[in-house]
Amino acid sequence: MEIREIFTILLLIILILCAIAVNFTKNLLSAVVIFMAYSLIMAIVWAMMRSPDLAITEAAVGAGVSGTLFLVTLKKVHLEDKIVSDLIEIDLDESEEETAEVGEGAQV
Amino acid sequence: MTSFEKWFYGETDVLNHAMDEAREPDSPDHARKERVKARLAEIRETEQYRERVENSRKEFRGLYLAVTAVGAIALIGVLLYVTACLPEYGAENPHTLEVITRYIEKGLEETGAVNIVSGIILDYRAFDTLGESHVLFTALICSMLLLRLDRKNMRSDHEDYYTVRTDKFFDLSADQIFRRVGAFLVPSIFIFGIYVVLNGQVSPGGGFSGGAILGAGLILFSASFGFEKVDRIFTRKVSSIITLCSLGFYSFAKGYVFFTGANGIENHIPKGTPGNILSGGMILPLDIAVGLVVGCTMFGFYSLFRRGSIGGNGAATGKSSK
Amino acid sequence: MGQLLGNLLSNYEETAAIILFGIGFCTLLFHRNLVKKILGMNIMDTGVFLYLASMGYIRGRRAPIITDGIQDASAYINPLPAGLVLTGIVVSVSVTAVMLSLTIRLYKRYHTLDIDVVYELARKSEPKR
Repeated sequence: MEIREIFTILLLIILILCAIAVNFTKNLLSAVVIFMAYSLIMAIVWAMMRSPDLAITEAAVGAGVSGTLFLVTLKKVHLEDKIVSDLIEIDLDESEEETAEVGEGAQV
Repeated sequence: MTSFEKWFYGETDVLNHAMDEAREPDSPDHARKERVKARLAEIRETEQYRERVENSRKEFRGLYLAVTAVGAIALIGVLLYVTACLPEYGAENPHTLEVITRYIEKGLEETGAVNIVSGIILDYRAFDTLGESHVLFTALICSMLLLRLDRKNMRSDHEDYYTVRTDKFFDLSADQIFRRVGAFLVPSIFIFGIYVVLNGQVSPGGGFSGGAILGAGLILFSASFGFEKVDRIFTRKVSSIITLCSLGFYSFAKGYVFFTGANGIENHIPKGTPGNILSGGMILPLDIAVGLVVGCTMFGFYSLFRRGSIGGNGAATGKSSK
Repeated sequence: MGQLLGNLLSNYEETAAIILFGIGFCTLLFHRNLVKKILGMNIMDTGVFLYLASMGYIRGRRAPIITDGIQDASAYINPLPAGLVLTGIVVSVSVTAVMLSLTIRLYKRYHTLDIDVVYELARKSEPKR
């Protein structure tokens, strides 16, 4: 086999490892960042298969737009937790002694 | 100590005073406390439900995991068996030769495009690209239905109000690094995106890639300079007009070409010299139309997710809406 | 059996694509968090695209851009699957955007990202039909 094919096989193995890492990561932010790296390596695989249109599109769309949408979703979910927990800490009387632990809504 | 040293040694919190501002919105106190208590009761109920779900469905959950694992392994096994029966990868198989001979040998003189993939998706199979542009448009409309905040559905005492106000604060458009890097990167990305869109038929690229790059450039512009600067050039009306005109132009142009082609009439669209920018017949205008639609849609998604509207005005301006 | 394994290893790209599809499928089914499910669905999508576009690769030929005036069909790879996958990539990002909008709305209503808890709460609070 040539060097080209060995390189492609190596990239495919790294792709499979990235996909397994997305599956097993507990922190959602880490999972999204690994997904963006997965998309970038996928763009290089497209280039190795001699399809430059697909490489440019996957690099712009996968890591660029799709990853950004995931990050903005995570921001809105965390933001809601932060706001409600701050409201609860400040605005309630002393009779309500427990503050709800709402931080786990965003993690597995 | 300067403020940088205070921040560096951990003595002040950069966002502290803004959290104070977010904590004291301008609405009456008693009603707000009632709503906060109702919201807290709702959250506690959710927590109870979570515990109840965890405790009560253990046996069902074990059965579900076992059946799913068996089903997934069976499906992947069948697919792997089919893959093993495929013809050899990378060899010259008969299935690659019959249709594609016509596309490559007659492609340059029938479409005028040097990039064969652009010639296929924008001339031979332009109907698929029309459908795909409409899929993007439909997705934008669905997102707008779900996420748009206007005066009716954003009550000023609801958490949407707090969300929008602090979301508007927590963006980093006042940061020096963002501004300086953005001032260098954003024009480069725009120029590169326009280059990729215009050179669809000559080199790799085309409408989708260039449109995605333009959309990403607009996202970077709005993230590093704030939403006010983008709202000066990209309002809701501009987005609607661009999308409508591009899709309408695509439909009419391709309708004309299909009509003349099906009836054997000559359509007087010049093909040009292959290798120039002004070549390929209708491929260049269609590339521009698709690129504009994709760019507007990508930025529209981002803007809807961040603040609930595509243009600037609306209820989400951070002032108290009545 | 040995010949099947040998065939699998010689079609390494299609095998990797099926394995990616399987990993995405398992992520979609085995997790209860909504964002993880959407990540799994995206991985499934890219696996399918890899499977489809690797049908068009022929060894020793070049990318489908006509250079030096060579219009022979035996000098370029098959560009037709690449055109189909190009449409698919953009459809994939559209579906992801709609699903993330649904996730944000569900979170605002039920304040959790867990699909089982959302189902229980919805069954309780929505009117019976």
